[in-house]
Amino acid sequence: MSTTVKPVNQRAWWLILPVVICVAFSAVLPLMTVVNYSVQDIFGPERRVFVGTEWFASVLRDEELHGALLRQLGFSLSVLVVEIPLGIALALAMPAQGWKSSAVLVLVALSLLIPWNVVGTIWQIYGRADIGLLGATLDKLGIDYSYTGDATDAWLTVLAMDVWHWTPLVALLAFAGLRSIPDAYYQAARIDGASKFAVFRYIQLPKMRGVLMIAVLLRFMDSFMIYTEPFVLTGGGPGNSTTFLSQFLTQKAVGQFDLGPAAAFSLIYFLIILLLCFVLYNWMQRVGTGNQEAGHG
Amino acid sequence: MDERRFKKRTVFLVAYLIFAVLPIYWMTMMSFKTNEEILSSFTLWPTAFTWDNYRTIFTDASWYAGYINSLIYVAINTVISLTVALPAAYAFSRYSFIGDKHVFFWLLTNRMTPPAVFLLPFFQLYTTLGLMDTHIAVALAHLVFNVPLAVWILEGFMSGIPREIDETAYIDGYSFPHFFARIFLPLIKAGVGVAAFFCFMFSWVELLLARTLTSVDAKPIVATMTRTVSASGMDWAVLAAAGVLTIVPGAIVIWFVRHYIAKGFAMGRV
Repeated sequence: MSTTVKPVNQRAWWLILPVVICVAFSAVLPLMTVVNYSVQDIFGPERRVFVGTEWFASVLRDEELHGALLRQLGFSLSVLVVEIPLGIALALAMPAQGWKSSAVLVLVALSLLIPWNVVGTIWQIYGRADIGLLGATLDKLGIDYSYTGDATDAWLTVLAMDVWHWTPLVALLAFAGLRSIPDAYYQAARIDGASKFAVFRYIQLPKMRGVLMIAVLLRFMDSFMIYTEPFVLTGGGPGNSTTFLSQFLTQKAVGQFDLGPAAAFSLIYFLIILLLCFVLYNWMQRVGTGNQEAGHG
Repeated sequence: MDERRFKKRTVFLVAYLIFAVLPIYWMTMMSFKTNEEILSSFTLWPTAFTWDNYRTIFTDASWYAGYINSLIYVAINTVISLTVALPAAYAFSRYSFIGDKHVFFWLLTNRMTPPAVFLLPFFQLYTTLGLMDTHIAVALAHLVFNVPLAVWILEGFMSGIPREIDETAYIDGYSFPHFFARIFLPLIKAGVGVAAFFCFMFSWVELLLARTLTSVDAKPIVATMTRTVSASGMDWAVLAAAGVLTIVPGAIVIWFVRHYIAKGFAMGRV
């Protein structure tokens, strides 16, 4: 929120009350239910036993969960490392105005609008070596590629799919950030004889800080919760190479009807995301301010 | 030097666009093929061009009803999200009050809850309330991730509008609702457009919650598409046609907000 001093006004609470009620209804109530489950052993609607933190202890010791968590962290990190620079580069390359700008914007945004299960389905065919464009091309190039048989291929395909699907979000945000930089900044840089890189490092990047923070946090949260696309594409396989946390959780909750442990797992999962986002949020805020000071100096 | 830079940029842009469009091209081509052709051989374009897949969707109520259901709950969700997010974003950008920073971060945390966490509680909550299989149920469930995002985006836009404008309006004798609707909203309409686009998008593509909370009457298109696995195998061609049709509404929406996005999502500090 803003750094300038804002007037204190407790009546402002009335303005955020609707949001609090809406979110409380659709987030807090369900969350309380989950908390309630997480401390009980549930045999049926009327038969449940209070077990305290037993589920939490057993979930935390679960080897499979550790594996899924590590895979998840690796995946989310790869997503950020690929998509953020690519999105920024794309935003820098996009034409700024005219019909070309509109056309490129719409083309770039198309992949965001496809329902997630359809994304998985397209890539399922697209990646097949016998009948899909991507698979067939790789096959012709002499690369032995099979996303259903090889764990590395499957993982790379899921990553490529995510890059294809979500880089536009980063690009759109970065593009909007770039467009809001006044021309005067560029003129000043030209007078100073600044290099292209200096313009990027000291003008464009600091000015994009706000939108990039949204982009990084959104991509981090959403990739950490990814479910539908890998589920449709690989079903978590081969083996469990693409079984990320969400899918692991759903297997537990739906597949094995283990409500207690699943609820405990959900809460731990939620807390992990919360903690990582909190760290990321604070870290980015500090790094960003450092950048801006360097820019002024 | 400049000439060469420009070329490198264009090459990169074109390369990315090809990467971005190819899967969509593939889906569109699939939608004009027959299932036999899709599964039997590798063809760059349909050898036996057919409209049959689209005809199936437009004549079968169980298909086209899905689109209508989706559009209804997405519209309800977008309207509710924006209506509650606008005053809240205004409060966050203009005033400080007890717990403001905490409430703001708490709102964001709701976007971090994996939908899988909420499936069962939602199911039970809405069954108790008798809301199962209604459009309003899905619309309410999607508020979890759309309201925080809308507040976040709108707050950024509003912080970019100088506070003097509010003060001048009050001195001129405008009441708060009057000022908000007549003066303030037009100033941030770009932000409203962008927020509406994101709400639309995230609600339109979400599958898990929408599928869990509906069965027949409010079944969304994303859920309808998961049932094309039948005894005779996957109906790839119809699925591809349905996929092409799911892009259309979103493409229309982005066409309308494209100038707003370009004009500066980043006006405020977010």
